[in-house]
Amino acid sequence: MIQKKAMLIDITMCIGCNACQKACKVQNHLSDVEEKKLSPTAYTALETFDKYPDVFVRRMCQHCEDPTCASVCPVGALTKTPEGPVVYAVDKCIGCRYCMQSCPFQVPRYDWTSINPRIYKCILCTDLVKQGLPTACSEACPTGATKFGNRDELLTEAYERMKAEPGKYVDKIYGQKEVGGTSILYLSGVPFEQLGFKTTLQTTPLPALTWNVLEKIPNVVAIGGTFLYGIWWITNRRDEVKQYEEQMKKNGQDHDH
Amino acid sequence: MITRFLKQLTVWKSIGIILLTAGAASTVLRFTQGLGASTNLSDEFPWGIWIGFDVLCGVGLAAGGFTLAALVYVFNLKRFEPIIRPTILTAFLGYILVTVGLMFDLGRPWAIWHAIIMWNPHSVMFEVAWCVMLYSTVLTLEFAPVVLEKFKMYKTMKILHSMSIPIIIVGVLLSTLHQSSLGTMYLIMPEKLYPLWYTPYLPVFFYVSAISVGCAMVILESFLSSRAFKRGLEMPLLMDVARLCVLMLCVLAVMRSLDLVDRQAVRLLFVPRMETYMFWLEVVVGILAPLVLLSRKKVRQNESGLFLSAVLVIIGFVMNRMNITITGMEGWAGKSYIPSLPEFSVTLGIVTLGFVSFYYIAKYFPVFTSEHDAKDPAAPQHPDHASLDGAHTTVRATVHDFR
Repeated sequence: MIQKKAMLIDITMCIGCNACQKACKVQNHLSDVEEKKLSPTAYTALETFDKYPDVFVRRMCQHCEDPTCASVCPVGALTKTPEGPVVYAVDKCIGCRYCMQSCPFQVPRYDWTSINPRIYKCILCTDLVKQGLPTACSEACPTGATKFGNRDELLTEAYERMKAEPGKYVDKIYGQKEVGGTSILYLSGVPFEQLGFKTTLQTTPLPALTWNVLEKIPNVVAIGGTFLYGIWWITNRRDEVKQYEEQMKKNGQDHDH
Repeated sequence: MITRFLKQLTVWKSIGIILLTAGAASTVLRFTQGLGASTNLSDEFPWGIWIGFDVLCGVGLAAGGFTLAALVYVFNLKRFEPIIRPTILTAFLGYILVTVGLMFDLGRPWAIWHAIIMWNPHSVMFEVAWCVMLYSTVLTLEFAPVVLEKFKMYKTMKILHSMSIPIIIVGVLLSTLHQSSLGTMYLIMPEKLYPLWYTPYLPVFFYVSAISVGCAMVILESFLSSRAFKRGLEMPLLMDVARLCVLMLCVLAVMRSLDLVDRQAVRLLFVPRMETYMFWLEVVVGILAPLVLLSRKKVRQNESGLFLSAVLVIIGFVMNRMNITITGMEGWAGKSYIPSLPEFSVTLGIVTLGFVSFYYIAKYFPVFTSEHDAKDPAAPQHPDHASLDGAHTTVRATVHDFR
């Protein structure tokens, strides 16, 4: 069985050097301008906060275990690979933006200026990961704030770090349970909600919400079809009987003459 | 009288021409400069009125088609036959225009056919795409007799007629599925959609409200065409349609109230914020007011009362869909969205296209009057169809083919 890959991002260790974004842009052949927000040319970006000048938060696709985007895409352009990355097939995409509309982390970016637009987002260096290599950003990180590895092992390590230095971290690994778990795990010294993380997300995967309804379709068709046909049969039969009776009555009258 | 009518017609015509021209200009902008230049959409707010109005409202407003088809052919309520052809036409045009609207919104519209061969059965939108595709085919078949009759292709009509019941039943099932699924699309965004609207019952509410607005559209469409073509108004029929509308509004009102109680969202009704005001406006205009009005027989019998109530139901329905796509999403997105001028003009252009197409098709095809009947002097002259101006012989548009 393939081990699910993941990244552990320790916000307390990040020094804001932006090496992750630089490496990402080289790996994905994107313009090398430094960017502070996710964009079609920035699959990852460091966010800063006035309240916490020393804190930098890496934004990127969270690579959900059960991705909402992959579930909603009508043509299956977004898929979760067995290794962990959620990847995008531009040749399938019809540009409906349901993935953007439904992503609980507001990650996918759109090329609004193009007449042949597409989605842009981190693909967790899927080509490297498939070969058993680490992601470009984790390789570039000078402090180890971004660490690549197997998801299980990274979770264990996160717990060990929290245990080794009590009080340094808030008591939560963001991404462990959010929407059923993600491949990007965060440790933080500052409460997550103050760093713009959505902390109210449910802990079960979102796709179940629509699948619970969609899976009833065969029943609706079978029961509905039978019901409608039955109604038609009864109402139609009523007419037939009425016509037959009228005919009989008429025949009877003719007979009398 | 006639000069006034002509004068009115020119005013409407010039408005139509202006709207179509503006729409055409915006179309050029959209397809040469992209969505960024033509819309106010953004990464935070990726769906605007082209989805909210053109698609969600468009499909709902065309719901009269399957409702009336079910009443006439499945429930065998043959007295509604005189209004079925215009209703099917409304639905048929509605679905064509929804597809046109979708072409503007899709970033890669030339790839729309991908949904046919690239399947993702877990996607609600995949299911909606298939249902809309198939139901458009059904509507084409349901509308075909009008065209066939025009060109006197009675043999083909007969073949179609022999398949009519399965076609109608499939159409009702497909409509049930995708009308509700448009609500299901929002089930996957529990954190995003404001809790006054987000409920696990969204699919049910979408379905019931579609039937109610379908009825209102039948009434509106009858009124407008009675004006445009100087024909009689099928008041007793429309009053019955209004009763079905009231029933659906009643079901909707009860279900939505119970749902708010059930989700402990009642307190949200009194929180002073934008969402609350919009919710109240939607519910009062679109459900409560028409419910009170239409449940009174006096209002149903009164032409203006009936017309006004139908318009309220339609406005309320549109507000509901817009609240779900826009008002209810703004809070989470952290960004407000106001459609751009090109977005408005494309939408208005599409609506105008709908009115114009309806007018010309109804003018040149046997939509209101069946030539079949016109030739037959024995065709029953219904008292309900007394012509407004008395000069025209309004013939009952009996539909022979689909019976």
